[in-house]
Amino acid sequence: MTEAVAPAVEAVAESLEARFPEAVTPDKRAGYSGYIVNPDKLIEFATAIRDEMGYDLLSSVTGVDYIADGKLEAVYHAYKTTGGPALVFKVQTPREEPVIPSLVSVFPGADFQEREAYDMYGIRFAGHPNLKRILMWEGFAGYPLRKDWKEAYFEGDLKPFDSRWPGGNFYRSEEKNPFSHNVTYPEGFDPDKWVSEEEAAQYPTVNEMELANARGFKTDKIVVNLGPQHPSTHGVFRMLVTLDGETIVDLQPVMGYLHRNHEKIGERNTFLHNMPFTDRLDYIASMSNNLGYALAVEKLLKSKVPERAEYIRILMVELTRICNHLWAIGFLLNDMGAFFTPALYAIRERELILDFFEAVAGSRMMCNYMRFGGVSRDLPEKMMRDENTLAFVNDMVFNRLPRAFDELDTYLTENEIIRTRSIGVGVLPPDQAIAYSCTGPLLRASGVSYDLRRAEPYSIYDRFDFKVCTRPNGDVYDRYLIRIDEMRESAKICQQALRDMPATGDILAGKPSYNVRVPAGESYGRVEGPKGELGFYIVSTGKNNAYRYHVRAPSFINITVLGELCKGHKVADVVVILGSIDIVLGETDR
Amino acid sequence: MYGLGVVKGLWVTLKHFVDTYTDDVQWLSKQYVDKEKMNARQSPKGKGLFTVQYPDEKLPAAERFRFIPFLLYEEKNGKQEDLCTSCGICAKVCPPQCIWIVRTDDPVTKRPIPAPKEFYIDTDICMNCGYCAEYCPFDAIKMDHDFELASYDRTTAHVYDKAKLSKPVSYYAGIRPTDYAAEEKARAAEEAKKAAKKATASAAKKDAPAAPAKSE
Repeated sequence: MTEAVAPAVEAVAESLEARFPEAVTPDKRAGYSGYIVNPDKLIEFATAIRDEMGYDLLSSVTGVDYIADGKLEAVYHAYKTTGGPALVFKVQTPREEPVIPSLVSVFPGADFQEREAYDMYGIRFAGHPNLKRILMWEGFAGYPLRKDWKEAYFEGDLKPFDSRWPGGNFYRSEEKNPFSHNVTYPEGFDPDKWVSEEEAAQYPTVNEMELANARGFKTDKIVVNLGPQHPSTHGVFRMLVTLDGETIVDLQPVMGYLHRNHEKIGERNTFLHNMPFTDRLDYIASMSNNLGYALAVEKLLKSKVPERAEYIRILMVELTRICNHLWAIGFLLNDMGAFFTPALYAIRERELILDFFEAVAGSRMMCNYMRFGGVSRDLPEKMMRDENTLAFVNDMVFNRLPRAFDELDTYLTENEIIRTRSIGVGVLPPDQAIAYSCTGPLLRASGVSYDLRRAEPYSIYDRFDFKVCTRPNGDVYDRYLIRIDEMRESAKICQQALRDMPATGDILAGKPSYNVRVPAGESYGRVEGPKGELGFYIVSTGKNNAYRYHVRAPSFINITVLGELCKGHKVADVVVILGSIDIVLGETDR
Repeated sequence: MYGLGVVKGLWVTLKHFVDTYTDDVQWLSKQYVDKEKMNARQSPKGKGLFTVQYPDEKLPAAERFRFIPFLLYEEKNGKQEDLCTSCGICAKVCPPQCIWIVRTDDPVTKRPIPAPKEFYIDTDICMNCGYCAEYCPFDAIKMDHDFELASYDRTTAHVYDKAKLSKPVSYYAGIRPTDYAAEEKARAAEEAKKAAKKATASAAKKDAPAAPAKSE
């Protein structure tokens, strides 16, 4: 498939360069690919690739700080929803005055991602409708992902730190004064007296109401905060809802409560160090996070994964998808008010899968199982209760899980209450889904048959026989149904993987090494995670730490469309719509 | 008929409800006390109650289950002999950097001695990734199974020093029999290889002076 598409990309390249002479130049740095676009022509360029070349899905927008060159770079990855490799383009801007035109007018899905790049790098996207910090709070000083920014308790630029060995006399970071030179306030800032203008501006209707009341009107618009600790929000997440009666007029997601600057941590870590940190992104689906990261690094290392390891990986990742969808369905039903009976029926099956993960990887959720060039350990012979591992997993995949899906189907699908609550609620038309960069079940429930396992097969997915499920309506009910469909397909893939897996063989290419040196260059590894396209953008300078490490988090990008989906619905529907998008805050906030 | 979907759903719930009782009848309620029957309850074939009453009932941990590292020592002549050589690989490979090692220096020559003087692990920071055990070349640090660590004071109780971390090899062999057997086998093979090498080397040495003797 990739071979067939390659000439097409070259043809695109030629036409692009011909069309934008001097404005579009190929990126000639060693190990890099794609184009460098002149900021003046960016919008024109983006419109051209979308309308004329079919790159309709702007998957990832991020920044990189090339401090030695004095430049900030915005990196864009665009894809065709018909499949094929990425069109990568970059825009460079000076560090002192970083301004780049915003692409929100062309790709609305760039909205949150551009805000994130602004938040982390200070790149100002001219023309962005709502350019505010998104993960950090308003009033935060500095841009955390810039290379010259240092966090509180800063110890060193790169791990491992020298203080640990050989003279590792323990001390706590807290013992150091937290108000030392690592923590600074901006000039003239007094935390006690400060009130964020932006925060106040988020409540326009409150002011409107005061104004209207002063004029003698009676108005019923009101601002309600759902969250940050609301049972419906699946974690610490806030929805700022403007209501007219009970109808949603406007909804703005507010996030960042779980932000720990995962990407900065990733840039301090060595490549290997970072693997267990990826577990903590989408903690429901750690295996698939592992795979995405491993693929990105393996692209640079050019390592060849042994056959048996490939099959084990697929088995694990598909079981993870089942886990995730069971979880998603269970908690969607919770949001609808079917309190915990469906959720517990669903996660009971998940429990068996987690038992299997525990026996193989050593942990139920934070698996840390994949390594560069394979997996960490082979399947054990016996599980924790002395049962044969293969017998257990075969029994589970061939009998138990398909039966459980059927039961879940009988249990829920025709339930009239569920149907009334979900059919026609939160409808996402296909063109809007693509424009907003939605991926995963959310996109496929809108009838767009886009699945990376088919669109750009990675690992050994080209060997498996499975269907890319789609549903036509794009409402909450379809998003529920598609998860049931996908679980069935995943079980099929697991069955094939178990059938075809070589009985013995290597599970890791080369010798295990803790000091992985990665050749210089950039790479973008992406997998069809359970929630959508999970991408890892890595820039290496040839050392054992990543220079830039970015996660294209599906939960984060899928909620860009949340506001649009909820408009015109009732408060109770908001809860259900959010549940149907299926987010995990560990990944959203990173 | 409207409402049939709800009824069908309720039928599933009822089936689950009844299943717990048929399970009880089948096992005569022994699945709550008998270990083997409890295992059957938790297997892919289990139909009845799936939950366990922690802490009265406890699920067995998988052999590979990992939680907080510990240091291994061998009992030799009534003395504890650490396997750790304080090479520092675990401290370097630790992702959250929670391992702190003080290397022993010879008091006279100031040269490093392959043994740790101090060894700290901040268990609040440890993320249980298992890298230290995975990459230790001496099998001197391993992941534990003991997960019940709650305590009243985190600032003092959660930083483990060498005394608290050290556990005998027999403990390790007990919680991870398969891994231990595999490592023993690998070590024995290594020893045999070394011995064979030594034997060939000494044989070559014997041959070496003999060869010129022959030529003379």
